[in-house]
Formats: sequence, structure tokens, C-alpha cells
Amino acid sequence: MNFISWCYFPARLAWRQLIFDRTKLTAAISGVMFACVLVFMQLGFKDSLYDSAISAPVKLNGDLFLMHKQAEAMWRPAKFQRRELMRVLGHPAVMEVTPLYLALASFKNIETDVKRTLMVYGFDPDSHIFNVPEINNHRNELRLKDTILFDEYSRPEFGPIRQLVAAGRNITEINDYKISVAGVFQLGVSFAADGNVVTSDLNFMRIFPNRNHNMTDMGIVKLHPGSSIPQVQAELRLQLNPFIDIFTYEELLRREKDYWANMAPIGFIFGFGTIMGLVVGLVIVYQILFTDIANLRYEFATLKAMGYEHDYFIRVVFASAFFLAVLGFIPGLMLSVALYHLAESQIYMPMPMSPNKVITVFMFILSMCTMAGFLAIHKLKAANPADMF
Amino acid sequence: MSKIIDVRHLNFSFGSGEMERPVLKDVSLSIEKSEIVLMTGPSGSGKTTFLTIVGGLRQASYGSVTVLDRQLIGSTEQVKIQVRQQTGYIFQQHNLLKALTALQNVSMALEMHDTMTERQRLDKAAEMLIAVGLGDHMNHKPEQLSGGQRQRVSIARALVGHPKIILADEPTASLDKQSGQEAVGILKKLAKESGAAILLVTHDYRIVDIADRVLELEDGVIRNA
Ligand SMILES: Nc1ncnc2c1ncn2[C@@H]1O[C@H](COP(=O)(O)OP(=O)(O)OP(=O)(O)O)[C@@H](O)[C@H]1O
Ligand SMILES: [Mg+2]
Repeated sequence: MNFISWCYFPARLAWRQLIFDRTKLTAAISGVMFACVLVFMQLGFKDSLYDSAISAPVKLNGDLFLMHKQAEAMWRPAKFQRRELMRVLGHPAVMEVTPLYLALASFKNIETDVKRTLMVYGFDPDSHIFNVPEINNHRNELRLKDTILFDEYSRPEFGPIRQLVAAGRNITEINDYKISVAGVFQLGVSFAADGNVVTSDLNFMRIFPNRNHNMTDMGIVKLHPGSSIPQVQAELRLQLNPFIDIFTYEELLRREKDYWANMAPIGFIFGFGTIMGLVVGLVIVYQILFTDIANLRYEFATLKAMGYEHDYFIRVVFASAFFLAVLGFIPGLMLSVALYHLAESQIYMPMPMSPNKVITVFMFILSMCTMAGFLAIHKLKAANPADMF
Repeated sequence: MSKIIDVRHLNFSFGSGEMERPVLKDVSLSIEKSEIVLMTGPSGSGKTTFLTIVGGLRQASYGSVTVLDRQLIGSTEQVKIQVRQQTGYIFQQHNLLKALTALQNVSMALEMHDTMTERQRLDKAAEMLIAVGLGDHMNHKPEQLSGGQRQRVSIARALVGHPKIILADEPTASLDKQSGQEAVGILKKLAKESGAAILLVTHDYRIVDIADRVLELEDGVIRNA
């Protein structure tokens, strides 16, 4: 018996048994589809959360980044003395150090006057710390008193800023301080902030009167071209006060992601949701396979009496599990794509259906069905040919 | 090997210890090639139990049961599977696979070894269904067939692989007189053609005339009738 018929015959029997009872098949497919959609949504939200967590830092233009050890993430910074940055400047490989001031503030919707929290970035407009063309193109406007740039990827609750600015209605308040919106740029929202605003360091101090230039939230270090970043990082670490962390670009991104993955309970919640989806799917598929074997035990015993080996029926059960995985996954994937689009339009966070995610979820669903198969095969013992006559 | 089935001093009990109930007592019986042996006897006398032991479906431990030159007492599962593969069974009920057509049901008996192509299997199965008079019902599912037609499908399934032994347990019990006699007639004709030995258990005295030999099992003891 060659390998093809070794799996083809039991698979064909499994398929014929499956399509024989359409009601049961529909129930089984819905169960797998449900698990599939649940897992896709959990993973989608989680990835979207992690991706959005770095939507701002990923655009930072620097080689090394200084933060206070107590800062949990960029949106929860801890202030430190600006003169820490001066220590760094002493290193011969360092070309430039720019302080970045960070704070959450409430922004008043120009049309409705409703206030909502967003993130404010303050920095010297002469330094080029964001790789965002629209920010760099608006440098001259940023130098003016009480002007800001607004992130048009912010949630729509802040108002249609681009149209309002074009119509000349560009005056509003941040933290009850009157400012004018000089233009828009594109960055992206995160779970921590519904929107973003950039402004000059001088304007930042006006919006936050209790802040001053001596206390900064982050330092962005640029090195002379050709310097070894890890080496400079190691050397600077020795010169800095122990309460200052120094990260490379990659370390900063990883840290911002890890904040959500580990420090916040959100990573756990999504992991839990994924597992629950798989457990529910597992129970449904197990139930279907188990009752199937129970109902078919006389037929299986008949085949055993004809000389079929026990392993043949194990292959039948796993083939059924495989078909259910595939048949449930396909509509589950289609429904999830639709739901991703819906979520994108509702929560303004990118939710791409990446091939990676499709493969991951299919593997999850396949393992879930295989597991259900393993749990169900013990019921095959009920198919005893001695009780057949 | 003219003796296809050779049973000597077979003893079999259900349960053990105080609960032990002897069902077969010192049964000896042999059946030769092309022989049709009919076994009758009161209910509970052990006929079905005997059939399941000879067919390699139930394990017995005392005596000697040689089927197709293989000793089944104390045999491995593998030996029993070999015997089962050369045995055609006709069950009283629960016999066909509901999800499969008559044709697919019959060709299931040919799928264990792939010495044949799918085409050959289906051709042989169709041939056999025509032989039992079901040429027009090959693509019907069991629930679309009458009781007699279903029994004829299981006869076709039991015979299609040219087994050396055919074991039938009350094959006519659910059939009326005419379809019962028809079914047994087909069984006899086809088995004679292929030289198989037949052991047929029945209460149905209407079919006694097909047998070469009739045995009676009473309370676990064989009596030649
Ligand atoms: N699995 C079992 N466990 C325990 N006792 C059994 C079992 N199967 C059958 N018996 C008992 O063994 C005896 C013989 O049963 P068997 O089924 O062989 O009878 P039979 O001759 O086929 O009867 P019938 O004509 O009614 O089919 C009966 O007394 C029955 O109660
Ligand atoms: Mg019986």
C-alpha cells in the first residue's frame, strides 16, 4: 500500500461521511469559523496595537536616544535635567543632541469645542528629528509664536483639521491656551494617544507653563557619519548618570512595543482572548468528531470485521479534522478580512491582513482541529467488531 | 488444505470467576472448500459467539481454531486481520455505510489492498451488484433501498473480494419469504462459482434446503441434525 492510498482512502471516506449530513457539517464549519474569526480579531487588534505603539518613534531621526530609567514608554515619560545631554556632547563621535519634550494635552475641536487628549511633541524646529516630510517642510511656520502642526491621521473626533485650516478656521486651544494650526502632517494614532501635535520647544513651554527648558523628556543623539553606534552607546553609558538609559533606534522600538506586550495587561488580554477562541473551537470540533464516531461505530466495526486496521480509522478521524479546519478557515478568513476593513474604518488603526497572519491563524486552527482529533480517537474503541453480529 | 475451517475442542465463556458463563462447550467442527453448512439452534445457544470466534472478531483461549491454516487461539491482531480480509461477512443489520452509495459500499471491500485501480474496483463492484440484481440501484444510498435490496448489497460486498470463507448471521431474518430465498439463492450460486466455504446461522427453516449439512447447536454443544 503506497502513501497516496494510505491517506487518500481514509480521507475520501471521511469526506463522504462529512458531506452526507449537511446540517452537522454546517454546524461544525460555523464552529471552526467562529474560532477563526475570534483569533484573527485578537491577533489583528494586538498587532495593530503594537504597530501603532511605534507609529511615532519609528519616524524619529536619530542614532541614540536618551530616556529616564523611570520612563515606561514615550507616552509615559519621566523628566530629566537637560544638562545630562551636555555630557553626551563631550564625546567626539557625537554630532548633535536635541531635547524632545513630550506631554499629553487636551485639544479643543474647532467645530464642536469638545476637548480630547492628544500627544504634544516639542522640539527645536531647526533640528531635523522627525523623518516626516510635512513636518520638515513647515519649519518656518513652526518658528512662529503659538503655532502647531496637526497629525491628520488623528481620530476624526478632533475635527476635519485639513479642511478647516484650508478654510482659514485654524484657531483653537490646547490646554486652554490659544494656538493656530499652521498645517497638517501624517503620523498615526496609538492606543495611548488619539492624536498628535508637533510644535516648537518655545511654544511647548507656552502651552505647558509649568514646564521649562531645563527638564527634558528625551534626548535624540546624532553621530558623525561612520561612527560605530554600539561602541559609542557603550562609551556614553559610562559617562551618563545611572538613571539615564541610552537606546539604539531598534532598542527604542522594541521597548515601545514591549511596553504594551509586557508592562500593560493588554498583551495578556489579547493572548487570553486568542486562547479562549481556540478552546471554544476545540470543544466544538471535539464534540462533532466524538458524536460522529459514536454514531458511526457500527459502520466502523463493520469495516473492522472486513479487515480494516484500527489505524485506518484514526486516519479517517484526522482527515475529518483536517477538512473541518480548511472548510472553517476559508469563510473565517473572508469574514475576518471584512471585519478588518470595518475595524480600520471605525478605530482608525491600520489592520492589515498579512500573509504571515493568515499562515499563523491557519496553523492555530489546524492544531486546534488536530488536538480535537487526538481527544476524539479514544472513542474509536467503542467500534468493536465482536459486537457486530 | 481442503479443510478451510477446523475447530477442535473449543471452549468459550463470558465473564470470569463466579460470573463465568460457559457458552461453547467442547465444540469440534470442520468445514471444507465449497461446503455450505447451516447452523441452527435455540436463541442464546452460542451461534453468534461461535461465528465471531471463527471470523477472527472475538478472542477465544481454549481449544484449537484453525482457519485458512492459521491458528486463531492466542493469535495476534495481525493474524486476525488477515483472516478477516479473506472472509466475507453478512450481518443481520447495521451493515452498510449510510453515507455511501451501493456501489461505493461494495467497493469498500476492495480498498484494503491497492492491487487494483479505482476503475477496476468500481467495475468489479458493479459486476457484483448486477449479479445480485441491483444493476439499476448502484448509485442509491442505503436509505433509498428496501430491506431486501440492502441485504443483497451486503451479499455483493461480502462476495466481491472472492473470499475463501463466507460467514452469515441470520441473513434472512429481516426479509420476507421470497426475498429471503432469493438472497440465499444468489449467495449459494455465487459462492459455488468461487469455491468458498459458507457457514450460515439461521432460525429460518425455509432455507434449509440450500445446505450440504445442517448442524444444531444446543446450549453450547454441537448436535448433528
Ligand atoms: N458480550 C457478551 N457478554 C456476556 N454474555 C454474552 C455476550 N454476548 C452473548 N452473551 C451470552 O452468551 C450466550 C450466547 O449468545 P449468542 O449471541 O452466541 O447466542 P445466539 O445463539 O446467537 O442467540 P440468538 O439466536 O438469539 O442470536 C447468551 O446467553 C448471551 O446472553
Ligand atoms: Mg445470534
